[in-house]
Amino acid sequence: MPFPDPQLLRHVPIPTFIVEGSRVTFANAAARTLLGAHIVGEDVRIALRDPKAVAAITAAKGGSETIEGLSVKGSRWRLTCNVIDADARMVLLEDQSVRVSVAKAHADFVANASHELRTPLAAILGYVETLDDEKAGGDEPTRKRFLGIIRHEARRMQALIEDLMSLSRIEAVKHDAPTDPIDIIALAGEAVGEFHGRAPIALTTNCDSATVAGDRSQLAQVLRNLIDNALKYGRDDATVHVSVEVTDSGRVEILVRDEGEGIAPEHLPRLTERFYRADAGRSRAVGGTGLGLAIVKHIVERHRGRFDIMSRVGQGTTASIIMPVLGRGTMSSN
Amino acid sequence: MASSGSSFESEIGQLRGLIAEMGGLAEVAIRDAIDALTSHNEELARAVVAGDARIDALEAEVDRLAVRVIALRSPMADDLRDVIAALKISGVVERIGDYAKNIAKRVGNIETITKFQPLTLIPAMAGIAQGMVHDVLNAYSSRDAELALEVVHRDEKLDNFYESIFRNLVSHMMENPATISSAAQLLFVTRSIERIGDHATNVAEMVYFAATGLYYSDRDMPFGNEKVI
Repeated sequence: MPFPDPQLLRHVPIPTFIVEGSRVTFANAAARTLLGAHIVGEDVRIALRDPKAVAAITAAKGGSETIEGLSVKGSRWRLTCNVIDADARMVLLEDQSVRVSVAKAHADFVANASHELRTPLAAILGYVETLDDEKAGGDEPTRKRFLGIIRHEARRMQALIEDLMSLSRIEAVKHDAPTDPIDIIALAGEAVGEFHGRAPIALTTNCDSATVAGDRSQLAQVLRNLIDNALKYGRDDATVHVSVEVTDSGRVEILVRDEGEGIAPEHLPRLTERFYRADAGRSRAVGGTGLGLAIVKHIVERHRGRFDIMSRVGQGTTASIIMPVLGRGTMSSN
Repeated sequence: MASSGSSFESEIGQLRGLIAEMGGLAEVAIRDAIDALTSHNEELARAVVAGDARIDALEAEVDRLAVRVIALRSPMADDLRDVIAALKISGVVERIGDYAKNIAKRVGNIETITKFQPLTLIPAMAGIAQGMVHDVLNAYSSRDAELALEVVHRDEKLDNFYESIFRNLVSHMMENPATISSAAQLLFVTRSIERIGDHATNVAEMVYFAATGLYYSDRDMPFGNEKVI
C-alpha cells in the first residue's frame, strides 16, 4: 500500500474514507455510520452524489467544499479531499452543523418566539370576532365550543410565556451554582405524586434520601418536564418509570424512561435546542411549547450536572441526569 | 458478484456512479429551482435551466454504457437487473431534472408580490418531494428495498398537499383576479412538484425490483411473487 495502513483510521471519530481510482476502498466506522456500510467497493458518487463533493474529490489537486444536508436536512458538512498519490485520495467529512446552528439559533429565536405566540393569538382573535356576531354568539353550543377553543389557545400562550420567562430567569443565574440542600428523592416522590391517578407512573430508588445542592423549584421543573414528555410521547397504556439512584462514585442518577416510539438518532443531538421539534405537528397537538428540554438542559447545567437522552426507535426513550450528591440516607429495600 | 471478471464489476460500478451523479444534479436542480422561485432569483433560475443539459448528457452516457454491457457481457440474474434498472432509472431521473427546469423557467413569469400567500406553501410541498428524491437515491445507493417502499408510501402525503394547494390557489384566484396569471403559473409549478414525487415513486419501484427481483406491483400477491429474472 502506498500510504500508511488505513486501519489506523478505523476508530478516528471523523468520517474518513479512501478513494482509489473512482472507487471507495476503505471507510472508517464513522464514515460507514454517516454514509452507510455499502459505500465500500462502490463508485465514489454512490457515497456522495452532491455535485460539489464529486468535483472536489475528482479535482486533480483535491480541495475542500461545503455540503448541505448530508446527514439531516439543514446540516452542514465540510469535505476535505487530500491527494495521497496519483491514484489515491483521502476524504474527510467534518460536521459543522452546530457552528451554523448556534449563529442561526440566535437569529431564529426572536422570529420563532413571536411566531409561536402569534399562532394562538390569531385563533383567539378570530373566535372572539365570530362570537361578537350576534348569530353565532347567540347559539349556546357554538358559544361554548368557541369559548373552549379560546381557553385552550390562551392556556397555550400562557404556557409558552411561562416557559420563556423561566428560560430567561435560568439564563440570568446560570453562572451561580445553587446551594440549598435539597432531598432529591423526596422531590422525585412529590413530582411523581403530582401525576398519580392520572397516568401510570412508577418510582424506584435505592436509598431513603439523597441530598444535592440545588434550587428546589428548578429541580421540580426538570422532573415535571421530563415526566410530562414521557407521558406525552410514551405508549398510552405503558408505565413511565422514574428511578433515582445514588451511585458508589458519589453521584445521583435520575432516569425517566418511557416505552414509546423512540426518537430517530439524527434528532437526538438537537433536541435541547429551543423550538426544535422532532415531530412538529405532534408536539403542538399535545400542547408542547418546544422549550421543555431546553429548560431542562439549562437547569441541569446550572446544577453542574449532565443531561443526556438515549433513544431506540420502536423501544422508547430514556432521559438521564447525573448530578453530584452531598449526602445520602440509608439503603432502602425497594 | 459478477462471474465474468472484475472489469464487468467496474462497469456496473461506473453505471451506478453515473446514476448517482445524475441524481445529485437533479436534487440540486430541484432545490435551486425552488430557491429561485421563492427569492425571485432569475439568474439562479437560468443556471438551473442551463444545468439540465449536463443531466441529459449523463443519461445518454448511461444508455451507451448499459447497451454496451448487455451486448458484450450478457449479464445474468442480479447483474442484469442492475443494468436494466440503471437504464430505466436514468430515464426517470432525467424527467425529474426536466420538471426542475420547468419550474425554473416559470420564475420570470411570476410577478414579485410580497406576501403572496400561496407561494409560502410551495416550499413545504417541495420539501416533501425533495425528501422523496433524496431518500430514493439513498435507497438506490444502498440497495435498500425497505427504504424504497417507505418512499412509495410518502407519495400520498404529497398528493394530498397538491390537492390542498390547488384549492388554495383557485380560491386565491377568485379573490384576487389581478394575480391570476402568476397564480396560474404556480399551478403548473405545484403540478411539476407533484410529478417529481410520482417519478421518485417510479424510481423506488425500480430500486425495489433491482434489490429483490420482484415487481413492486406483485409484492402482495400470493402467486405473483416469483422472481422474474
